[in-house]
Amino acid sequence: MAVFEAQHLHKRFGDQVVLEEINLSFEAGQLSGIMGPNGAGKTTCFNVLTGRYKPNRGKVVFEGKDITGLSPEAVVRKGISRSFQIMNLFDDYTALDNVVVALPQVRKRGFDVLHALDGHSETQDRASEILRRVGLAGREGANAKAMSYGERRALEIGVALATEPRILFVDEPTAGLGTEATAQLADLIRELKRSTTIVMIEHDMRFLFGLADQISVIHWGQVIAQGTPEELRGNKWVQRSNLGGLA
Amino acid sequence: MQAMEYDKKQTAAWITPPMLIAFAVFATLPLWIETVGLYEYLAVEVLIWVIFAMGFNLLLGYGGLPSFGHGAFFGIGAYAFGLAQFNVWANLWFCLAAAIFVTAVIGGIAALFLSHRRGIYFALMTIAVGQIFYFIASKWTTVTGGEDGMLNIKRLPVDFGLVEFSIKSNVGLYYLTFGLFVVVTLLLWRLTNSPYGRVLRAMKQNETRVAFIGYSPRLYKWSVFTLSCAIAGLAGGLFAMAQEGAYINIMSLQWSGTIVLIVLIGGGFVSFWGPLLGVIFYFVSRDVLGAYTDTWLLWFGLIFMGLVMFKPDGLAGIWRDYIGGRKAKSEQSGNPATVASGR
Ligand SMILES: Nc1ncnc2c1ncn2[C@@H]1O[C@H](COP(=O)(O)OP(=O)(O)O)[C@@H](O)[C@H]1O
Ligand SMILES: [Mg+2]
Repeated sequence: MAVFEAQHLHKRFGDQVVLEEINLSFEAGQLSGIMGPNGAGKTTCFNVLTGRYKPNRGKVVFEGKDITGLSPEAVVRKGISRSFQIMNLFDDYTALDNVVVALPQVRKRGFDVLHALDGHSETQDRASEILRRVGLAGREGANAKAMSYGERRALEIGVALATEPRILFVDEPTAGLGTEATAQLADLIRELKRSTTIVMIEHDMRFLFGLADQISVIHWGQVIAQGTPEELRGNKWVQRSNLGGLA
Repeated sequence: MQAMEYDKKQTAAWITPPMLIAFAVFATLPLWIETVGLYEYLAVEVLIWVIFAMGFNLLLGYGGLPSFGHGAFFGIGAYAFGLAQFNVWANLWFCLAAAIFVTAVIGGIAALFLSHRRGIYFALMTIAVGQIFYFIASKWTTVTGGEDGMLNIKRLPVDFGLVEFSIKSNVGLYYLTFGLFVVVTLLLWRLTNSPYGRVLRAMKQNETRVAFIGYSPRLYKWSVFTLSCAIAGLAGGLFAMAQEGAYINIMSLQWSGTIVLIVLIGGGFVSFWGPLLGVIFYFVSRDVLGAYTDTWLLWFGLIFMGLVMFKPDGLAGIWRDYIGGRKAKSEQSGNPATVASGR
C-alpha cells in the first residue's frame, strides 16, 4: 500500500506553471527515485510535498491522512523529513550541534528555558550515532562551515535523519560529489533504506538505477514515465538522456 | 551578519566567573564611582540600560532579529509604571509587575504582526511599530502628558513585608536595580544556555531549516520578542523612577537606533556580556567625551564606524582576542601557571 501519495498537484508561481498535474505514490520500505531535466519542477514538487509551498490544487496524503498545506514544522512532526539540494545547515554550529538540535527529544524540550542539554549524554550519544551513520564519526566538534563539501552533504542528510522520519526525501544528494564520495553515499542510502522509506531526486542515473525500487520521470510539470529501473531502461525519454553509459 | 561565537559548549552552571566579576563590580560601584570622577546617578542609569540591552540582545544577538523600535517598549514600561502608581496601587512590586505585564502584552500583540517576517521586512516592520507607539504616546496627551511627559512618578519604597527601605536616594534606587539586574542576568544566562536558547541561535543561522526540523519559527520569534519586551518594560519602569517621570523622547526612532548601536559596539553577537560592555562604553563616553565637546555623538559615531570596519565583533570581540592572544603567548613560553590550570 502506498504510504505517501500526491494527487493531482498543481503549482504555479504567478503565471508560470511549474507543476501541471503531478500524481505520485511511494510504497513503504521502498526507495523511490525521481528524475527529470533541470528546471522540470522536481525540487518544487518536494517543496509542495514537505510543506514549504501550498499547492494551488491537489492533495498530499501520508499514512492515510491529508497533510496538504501543513506548515513544514507540522509536516516534520508527522514523520516526514527532507534534505536540501542547496545546503541548509547551521553553519556556526558544530556537526554535533547541527544534529542535536534536530533530535525529537530536544525538540520536545524546545521551550525549556532553564536546563542545559549538556550532561544529557543520551542526546549526545544519539547525535554521535547519527553522525557515525552518515560517515562523520570523529567530526563531532568540527564547525559546519569549516567542513568539506562532501562532509557538508553528509551532514545535510544527518540533520534530516535526526528528526527520526518514517519517510525521507533527499534532493540530489550526489550533486558535486566525486566518485569515491558518491560510492560512500550509495552505501549510506542502501543502509538507510533498510529502516526508512526514501524518495530521492537524482540526476546521476547510474547511482539512481542502482538503488531505486521504482522511478518516476518528471518533465513539463508532469510525470511522463514511471516504473522499475528495468522497465524504464527501455523508455525513450530515459534512453535519450545519458543512460547510454549505464548499459 | 557576523559569525556567532558564544560559548560553544552550553553550560548547566548558574554562576560563572565573568558573572561573579560583573556582580562584584556593580555591587561595589556606588562605593567608588565618585572617586573615578563620575556620579551615582550615572550608575543607576547604566544599570537600567544594561537590563534593557541584555533583554534586547536576546532578540538581536541570539535570535538574529533586528528590532529598530525597541525604545517604544522601554517607554511603554515607563508609562505603565506611572499609570499603575497613580491609578491603581502605589506599591513598588505591583507597579513593576504592571510595567512588565503591560509591556509584554503590548509587545506580544505587536509580535503577532512581526513573527512571520524575515530580514529587512522584519526590521522595517519594527520601525513602523515603534513609530506607531511613539505617535500614540505623543498624541494621547491626557494619559501620557505628550511632549511634557508624565510627571511626578515616585520612587516607591521597597517593601519586604516586615522591613521596608526607601529608594529616594540614588544609592537606594541603585541597589534595587542591582538586585533586579542579578535576577535578570541569572535568568537570561539560563535561558541562553537552554534548549530554547539553542533553537534561537539555530533560527538566527537558518530559519528555513529550523522549520524543517520541526520547530515553528513564528512561535519562537513571537515568544522571544514578547520576552524581550517584558524585560524592556521592567527597565522602563525603573527608568521612570530614576527620572521621576516618563518622557516620550525615549520612544523615538533615534533612541531605538541607539540601543542597537550600543549592543553592536559591545559585541552582542559574540558574547552574553556584549550589551553590558556596550552600555558602559556608551554612558561613560557620553559623560567623558561630553565634558570636552558638544559633538560627542559625532565622535561616538566615528568610533562605532571604526569598530564596524575593523572589529565587527565589538568590545567583547576585542576582549576575547586579547585574552586569546595572552593565553597563546603564555602557553608558548610554557607559563606553568596557565599550563597547570589547564586553561
Ligand atoms: N519560489 C519560486 N518562485 C518562482 N519560480 C520558482 C520558484 N521555485 C522554483 N521556481 C521555478 O520553477 C521551475 C522549476 O524549478 P525546480 O523545481 O527547482 O526544478 P528542478 O529541481 O527540477 O531542477 C524553475 O523554472 C524555477 O525558476
Ligand atoms: Mg532541483
